[in-house]
Amino acid sequence: MEPTLEGTVRKALFVYLLRLGDDALILGHRLSEWCGHGPYLEEDIALANLALDYLGHAEALLTLAGEIEGAGRTADDLAFRRDVLEFYNVHLVELPRGDFAFTIARQFLFSVYAHLLFAALRTSRFQPLAGIAAKAHKELTYHVRHSRTWMHCLGEGTEESHYRLQRALNVLWEYTGELFEVDDTLRVLMASSIAPDMAALYPQWKIQVESVIQQATLSIPEASPYRATGGRRGHHTEHLGHLLAEMQFLPRAYPDAKW
Amino acid sequence: MPEETNGLRLWEVFVQPRSGAPHEHAGSIRAANAEMALQHARDVYARRGPVVSLWVVPTDAIHATRPEDTGPFFDPADDKPYRHPLFYKVPHGIQNL
Repeated sequence: MEPTLEGTVRKALFVYLLRLGDDALILGHRLSEWCGHGPYLEEDIALANLALDYLGHAEALLTLAGEIEGAGRTADDLAFRRDVLEFYNVHLVELPRGDFAFTIARQFLFSVYAHLLFAALRTSRFQPLAGIAAKAHKELTYHVRHSRTWMHCLGEGTEESHYRLQRALNVLWEYTGELFEVDDTLRVLMASSIAPDMAALYPQWKIQVESVIQQATLSIPEASPYRATGGRRGHHTEHLGHLLAEMQFLPRAYPDAKW
Repeated sequence: MPEETNGLRLWEVFVQPRSGAPHEHAGSIRAANAEMALQHARDVYARRGPVVSLWVVPTDAIHATRPEDTGPFFDPADDKPYRHPLFYKVPHGIQNL
């Protein structure tokens, strides 16, 4: 259906692909910061593998975004030559990596969300996106399994690991609402059966996440009056600028550098 | 007693390259429990090349011979050539063997 996309749908789809691609790119970068710093070699490798999976998703999604935009921008252009206000990832993925418990808690909350979302996107009426979703969904199934295992390990581990994981969940909880926001961009795509209704996915996410939290002997954090929002419109925490400064340094300092 | 360092045990990893083939020893990894051991084994030994099944076994569950066992265990096989099939000549005229 690609050639028949009309203007408003095409525009919404471009923004939506940037949102999905930016979530993957920024989370992948945060995970890559663990390379060489993991708690032990095997988990260091595991985190680097997750990071590579997300970079793969980002490349596919941003390449597609560039094609939909039709202005000749490649995935690299979109990743390395946009500034903070043009990024549409949620705040959840841009927060600094924190300690290992923080990284695991974020990984768990995000991958359960992404797993549900990409499962739904497999039946998107926009075929190229459905194709990417089918591949990513398999990897995300593994990501959920990995982070869930760690939720149990840390939650049911020592007093300190339990404390740190609970502390991370309490901080991250208010960043999860943003994942399920529905705005005009999404409504356009929902009406065209290109994207699923995030509000409808939320109850499933809540059930899955809360049951693991409870099984891991942790407490479900209390709802906070503050709720992170704005990432989908290009408004970010102060952390994203620092991340981009590092991530984009090389291509900005040496434009068109080749390996 | 299982040997532990920081809550991590040592596990031996066996990979099966295709259905019906034997599981072969690939190496070892450290992990906190069996599920984590499987996941680490997947990341370290199953990301390149075809694998259809993985086994992980706690290293301390393996009972092995020691270097000083080599003589009593394995040498007697040396001087009994009749244990090898090639020791026997097949008589002429035998068919369908």
